[in-house]
Amino acid sequence: MDEILTYAQAAPAETVSYATADGLLSSVWLLVAIPLVSAVVLLLLGRRADRWGHWLGVAAVGAAFLLGLASFLGLRGLENKSVQLSLWDFIVVGGLHVDFGLLFDPLAGVFVLLITGVGFLIHLYAVEYMATDTGRRRFFAYFNLFIAAMLLLVLGNNYVMLYFGWEGVGLASYLLISFWYTRPAAATAGKKAFLMNRVGDAGLAIAIFIMFATLGTTQYDEVFNNVGALAGGTVLVLGLLLLLGAAGKSGQFPLQAWLPDAMEGPTPVSALIHAATMVTAGVYLIARSNPVFSANSTLQLVVVSVGALTLLLGAIIGCAKDDIKRVLAWSTVSQIGYMFLGVGLGGAAYGLAIVHLLAHGFFKANMFLGAGSVMHGMSDQVDIRRFGGLSKYMKITWLTFGAGWLAIIGMIPFSGYWSKEPIIAAAFQREDWTAWLFGGAAVLGAALTAFYMTRLFVLTFHGPKRWTTDIEHPHESPPLMTVPLILLGLGSLGAGWLLATSVPDWLTATGGLAATEAHPESVLPHGVIVGLSLGVTVLGVALGWFLFRNGTATAPQPAGVLVTAARKNLYTDTVNEAVFEKPGIFLTRALVYLDNRGIDGLVNGLAAGVGGGSGRLRRLQTGFVRSYATSILTGALLVMAAFLAVQAGWLT
Amino acid sequence: MTEFELPPIDYAAIAPILIIMGAAVLGVLVEAFVPRRLRHPVQLPLALLAVLAALTMVVVNADKRVITFGVIAIDGPTLFLQGAILALSAVALLLVGERAIERGGAFVAQAAITADSPDDRRQAERAGGAGEVYPLVTFAVGGMLIFVSANDLLTMFIALEVFSLPLYLLCALARRRRLLSQEAAMKYFLLGAYASAFFLFGLALLYGFTAGMGDRQAGVDFATIHAAVADSTQSPVLLFAGMALVAIGLLFKAAAAPFHVWVPDVYQGAPTPITGFMAACTKVAAFGALLRVFHVAFEGARWDFTPVLGAVAVLTMVVGAVLAVTQTDIKRLLAYSSIANAGYLLVGVLAPGPEGLSGTMFYLVAYGFTVLAAFAVVTLVRDADGEATHLSRWAGLGRRSPLYASVFTFILLAFAGIPLTSGFISKFAVFAPALDGGHAWLVIAGVLTSMVLAFPYLRVVVMMWLSEPGEATPTVTVPGGLTSAALVIGVIATLVLGVVPGPLLDLATGAADFVR
Repeated sequence: MDEILTYAQAAPAETVSYATADGLLSSVWLLVAIPLVSAVVLLLLGRRADRWGHWLGVAAVGAAFLLGLASFLGLRGLENKSVQLSLWDFIVVGGLHVDFGLLFDPLAGVFVLLITGVGFLIHLYAVEYMATDTGRRRFFAYFNLFIAAMLLLVLGNNYVMLYFGWEGVGLASYLLISFWYTRPAAATAGKKAFLMNRVGDAGLAIAIFIMFATLGTTQYDEVFNNVGALAGGTVLVLGLLLLLGAAGKSGQFPLQAWLPDAMEGPTPVSALIHAATMVTAGVYLIARSNPVFSANSTLQLVVVSVGALTLLLGAIIGCAKDDIKRVLAWSTVSQIGYMFLGVGLGGAAYGLAIVHLLAHGFFKANMFLGAGSVMHGMSDQVDIRRFGGLSKYMKITWLTFGAGWLAIIGMIPFSGYWSKEPIIAAAFQREDWTAWLFGGAAVLGAALTAFYMTRLFVLTFHGPKRWTTDIEHPHESPPLMTVPLILLGLGSLGAGWLLATSVPDWLTATGGLAATEAHPESVLPHGVIVGLSLGVTVLGVALGWFLFRNGTATAPQPAGVLVTAARKNLYTDTVNEAVFEKPGIFLTRALVYLDNRGIDGLVNGLAAGVGGGSGRLRRLQTGFVRSYATSILTGALLVMAAFLAVQAGWLT
Repeated sequence: MTEFELPPIDYAAIAPILIIMGAAVLGVLVEAFVPRRLRHPVQLPLALLAVLAALTMVVVNADKRVITFGVIAIDGPTLFLQGAILALSAVALLLVGERAIERGGAFVAQAAITADSPDDRRQAERAGGAGEVYPLVTFAVGGMLIFVSANDLLTMFIALEVFSLPLYLLCALARRRRLLSQEAAMKYFLLGAYASAFFLFGLALLYGFTAGMGDRQAGVDFATIHAAVADSTQSPVLLFAGMALVAIGLLFKAAAAPFHVWVPDVYQGAPTPITGFMAACTKVAAFGALLRVFHVAFEGARWDFTPVLGAVAVLTMVVGAVLAVTQTDIKRLLAYSSIANAGYLLVGVLAPGPEGLSGTMFYLVAYGFTVLAAFAVVTLVRDADGEATHLSRWAGLGRRSPLYASVFTFILLAFAGIPLTSGFISKFAVFAPALDGGHAWLVIAGVLTSMVLAFPYLRVVVMMWLSEPGEATPTVTVPGGLTSAALVIGVIATLVLGVVPGPLLDLATGAADFVR
């Protein structure tokens, strides 16, 4: 254990410092304010805004995007590309100082562009998709709220600000998932997402408190500059708690179960929020906290393991699902596993993970909206066993979805190749046998990805028609939905190369990210890795095509052990239930039982009064003061005994 | 026979107490001599003016640090807490004085007359509801003012009774669901008396303990106890048994587990404005006393009481949070939430040094305003039979009355500790010093339980907004000016203390220094 704790690398020596924002950059606060104001207006005006409210929502995000772009370009000429803007002193007590401040640096900048850019396209798409929903205005209000919270999350200049955004995002997502309140499944999923996120949030909150206790600050620059001075064990605990927070928000092992369930949300649109935008918050947290993670190699090992495990878990379960949104959701879990793998590897791989995150934002957004378009044309059918042959009827959706498919499986020269392959290569660059372990997991993941995505693509757009009888002629979606699809499709094709060549250099200007350690030699030559990952991808595609070109049965088929396990999410839900849910329920029941005996008499008394008559009521209630008093007496005896026990120890 | 000499009295320092007590006595006279019809219009301004005058005197005294009369300590925490009690009770008085929501208000003078009977209606029209509530509330406020400034245990005990007895009565005055209300009052009275006995017994034991200091006289003032903790030759069993018993008496008022059993019943049964008054002001008073007793008298035994009180705090948080999940009545839900908040406050009490003290005081103020606003909303959601407190009745409220549902949502988010509300800052203000003081276990328990506690709050939010209003969804009564004022004050305080908490935190930090 000691070995683990002391096995800490020297922290990156470079000091992190932020310049003060001026000029255009001093208005970055507007990025958060614009969508927030729009959300408030939409909520407060109520029905009066029903006719034009959605356009206000779209415009707010569009304006934020333009402002973000201008600020991003404004960074170019600066010597120190990290500028911060302190709005006011938020909490000042004794030695404690929390700024209400924003930080705009290359890392925050690319996230802002992703959130507002993809967010804008989703908004545009949702105008049409939600056209018939009476709650459209409310939906856009939550949507804007979400964007504002997400921007606050990535723009804060300290961990408390990040926590604000973190909670806000969680709240907005809870509202969005539960939006279709008439569906009990949606309400349950909302609860599950909420509870699992709370577990992660608790980790983050405790990590922040630990920063206070040990470093006396939560400002990014001060934390990063001083983290090297902390004991190895403290850094480990701090990092693990941050990782717990990140895993909760990003749907990583062991908190992955909520993300696929969140697909119960009303539309692919909100599903997308969870799939392409919100879940990246965890990756952001780890990338932002990279000096903490780089300060302890055990910590990095844990992050890498979580990433590798989750990417396989997601890919295996994705192979067995039949709901189009759930397949995409599990694929998201798996792809974020790749990103965790990247950020866990440290050094230059941080940049690679961010590139994959951006590229993934494009192609996953593309496919989710494509799935929405398919559902739109197929009367909200989500079962891929009931699709087939749609390529003839929905040409644009087919082509754009195809672009996403090529991108996610990492086929050269599409987006995913440029972003995923370097991560796989980086996984092989380790000193010991773990190079084979993590490299192997990454390659196996690539093969599985190729297989399940091909299965999804072929079953949906090719092969015989297996439609339910009520659908006669599926229709292509209207232009307001297809234009975002086309833009995202183009992004899926080309963006990867653009990003992979520019973003890593750009990100080195981010405080702390520039510290690159020399990586050990890869255990395999680079060419072999490229060949291997492309080879397994082709194999996966071929297998998928071969098995599913003639369609599939429309009802569940008996299956072997592995497939059954995958259909049941590899029993992770069962484990969660046994470990978290059951004890929780038991605790509540036990407390309620105790309470009912002594405390909750009034409720029972009321029931008795309604049902039985006052005599019974009185009899019930006179008993209860006595039992309350007994309860107090017991407590008093316990407290006395405890004090005297302390005192007995004191005497010796 | 020697002339009995009165100790010197600093009248300015105790002016707030004198003003409030004087107003209470005046209120009794008004009840006796002013014609029925005029009583309500006279009583409410009288009580409000007295509270404001006392508040002004607290502000005037802001820099005073003095022990006067030997038994009243006027120092930073006293003035801060007195100010808090007065400010919160002013808001509570607005709720108490509301007559527009229901004819005759939420109170009744004669228990024998059932609500909505012809007699009741006649009485309400003639008298504008019961006028006794005002002197009773004022007496309670006066007792609380003494309670937080008491410099010895005997004064503290008397103050405890002075503010408790009116509260027992007030609990029984609900106009509707009168059996519940009277039963709650009875329970509160019996258990309160029971808890007082613990306090008194502890006081006696501590007196015995202080007798063992050679030349120094025995006594129950805090300076003597403080000296005795260090020097007394008496058996420490006396000290610890006494400390435990005194603590039990105070923890009962503070609603800490396992002495919380009365809270749900009493909160549910009492008239809602009184519930708000108890949740806000009694909490300030009880924790003010706990702070003084443990930071001044028992300071030297910190290492001995911290584990025990810490266990009580954890138990309180767990009981409050977990049981809140299963509640189906909004007042009971708020009661369990109040219990859990007592746990968080105890964390602040246990945090050493002025940071813990100032954090706890900030928490008390922030929580008080929020909880008053919450109960103000509860008084508004009603049907023909009075307040509709069952949670199922709140389903779909967001459709019926978006404004009040939004306000209540905001309040619940503040309770849940969502950032940019005072709830977040106040949790922060007690947890950070506790962690600094090395009580990581308390903070972890606090963070975890507040995660659990967020669930019942958000369940209500979702129920209000995401459910279709049913047949049974009551309408929200348009509040009269007084309730609106209380609601606006509570919500603005919750927001402002969440966004710019600096000034109040500075004030609390400046005040965080006891005199001995």
